[in-house]
Amino acid sequence: MDHPLLIASTFCFLLGFCYTVYALRAGTYRASPFNFSAIACGFLLQTAFLFERGHALGRCPLTNLFEVFIFLSWSVVLLYLVIGPAYRLSLLGAFTSPLVFLLQAFALAAPLDSPPFRRAAPNPWIELHAAVSVVACGAFALAGVAGVMYLAQERQLKTRRLRSIFFHLPPITDLAVANSRLLRTGFGLLTVGLLSGFAVGKPLDWVKAGSICVWVLYGVMLMAEKRHSVGPRQVALFSVLAFSLMMSMLWGINFISEQRPL
Amino acid sequence: MDVICLGISHATAHVELRERFAVPEADLSLATLRLGSARAIDEAVILSTCNRVEFYAASETAEEGFDGIVQFLGEQFGLRSGERGIFYRYDAPLSIRHLFRVVCGLESMVLGETEIFGQVKKAYGTASAGGTTARHLNKLFQRAFRVAKEVRSKTSITRGPASAGSVAVDLAEKIFGDLSPRKVMILGAGEASEQTARALFSRGAKSILVSNRSYDRAARLAAELGGKAIHFDEWEREFRDLDIIISSTSAPHPILTREKIEKIMASRKNRPLFAIDLAVPRDIEPAVNKVEGVFLYDIDSLQAIARSSIEIRRQELSVCEGMIERHVTDFWGWLAGGIQPNAAALQPPLRAAGCRVSRS
Repeated sequence: MDHPLLIASTFCFLLGFCYTVYALRAGTYRASPFNFSAIACGFLLQTAFLFERGHALGRCPLTNLFEVFIFLSWSVVLLYLVIGPAYRLSLLGAFTSPLVFLLQAFALAAPLDSPPFRRAAPNPWIELHAAVSVVACGAFALAGVAGVMYLAQERQLKTRRLRSIFFHLPPITDLAVANSRLLRTGFGLLTVGLLSGFAVGKPLDWVKAGSICVWVLYGVMLMAEKRHSVGPRQVALFSVLAFSLMMSMLWGINFISEQRPL
Repeated sequence: MDVICLGISHATAHVELRERFAVPEADLSLATLRLGSARAIDEAVILSTCNRVEFYAASETAEEGFDGIVQFLGEQFGLRSGERGIFYRYDAPLSIRHLFRVVCGLESMVLGETEIFGQVKKAYGTASAGGTTARHLNKLFQRAFRVAKEVRSKTSITRGPASAGSVAVDLAEKIFGDLSPRKVMILGAGEASEQTARALFSRGAKSILVSNRSYDRAARLAAELGGKAIHFDEWEREFRDLDIIISSTSAPHPILTREKIEKIMASRKNRPLFAIDLAVPRDIEPAVNKVEGVFLYDIDSLQAIARSSIEIRRQELSVCEGMIERHVTDFWGWLAGGIQPNAAALQPPLRAAGCRVSRS
């Protein structure tokens, strides 16, 4: 019933994606109201979908991997809309549309939207834990996007081969700062997510252990960055790889959640 | 009514000739008034830049208008009758096309440069304020500005830096963003490094250190740029806080090696360093570019990027010309009272009437 909303939302991101690809290939990319409008429309439709789904379930819509992917996509767009303008990184939208489109298209295409075997009574701490943790993933995803942009720009500067996108990418110092801030935002949110997970009172299991490992990984990187032990290039690379690793861990979380429903 | 243009530019005359007819900014208003009140001239605008001096006018007939401008030139600049041939002359629709091309930067020394837009706007503003424009030139110039904006937004004719200095500035901005808090060092106050430093200065770089074997020369350049001179044997001490270094010494061997840079970068807390090596033989070891956080560009790489930008602009020429032609046809249709010109009338002559081209 609610899938049409999601399909419409995915279509909006596809439009943003196509516009970006076309404009970059033509060498005429500019931050444009079209791209921003496509993302904003997509976000409204995502929000409508999540509201409908949550209303139907009577709980936060994070009961299966399908919903996790959509919630993650929504988080990425939310953070982009909030943080993008503040950091003057309008081009982030050029990379955000493709990422969100791919997440949602995959979620729609794969057979992920199945009801869990068992469903326990809603627990606000668990819902808070799940929701905040996924928003943290959204921040890490956006950090990954900023990381890709940094690596692309840095590579062009180093090799002295400047493609048309070079003139549209923000300065690498701005990208490094944005990457760092997004990582810290994600880390802060993940800390809240973990603490609320512990507040549930259940014993440590390997899902929690996995989340703690992710938290430690990001924590160590942020500490190393603060001490200047690693440069912005390593941080950017880490953002991309760590997020990719985290996405692959979602499968494990899904498997476990089917055994231990929320 | 006809719209005409009589002028002289970098493409047709030496600078010595151009400067004879240049109108300083302080005199532009008065000169435009004088032209506007010349015989057979109904409306007038004077465009005077370092690369061209052009007189635009509206008059009943082109020949009368040209005579009026020539009379003005005789009175204002002492133009002799034998010298009339040095100017190119365009009447509509060629004058319309010429103005549109000028404002779009297609007639500039650096294809697609955008400074000319501001210069034409200023010239038109002066004439308009002095009351020497009316229906025809108002419409013509306003259309010209519209054409330039359209060409700029829909093509890549203004895209990318077109000189080594502007390449350096663009690269600096792509690394650091705002240049105002950045520290720049000029090592070796030669002409090339001076030009690059001036380009950075014009884009906001305020903190400039100049080091040269001759301290006096360093002090002179530093004073011009509002910076500070340091003795040549002290430059390494300042290196830790630098963001941009422009090197152009006459050292026979590299003065900055990879080993030196790696030591310095370790103490810079991962701040990037932009190194511009304009010297031949090079002052900075090429392997320095492999150090993380260091971006090294020599004169060849800067010029290659500039050439590539110009090539991209050249590829856009036919698109720009197509857009301009549509506007020329439209405007001339209006000027000629709804009569559409034939294709032959829209073609420029092989040489403008009476034009003699001087080569420098």
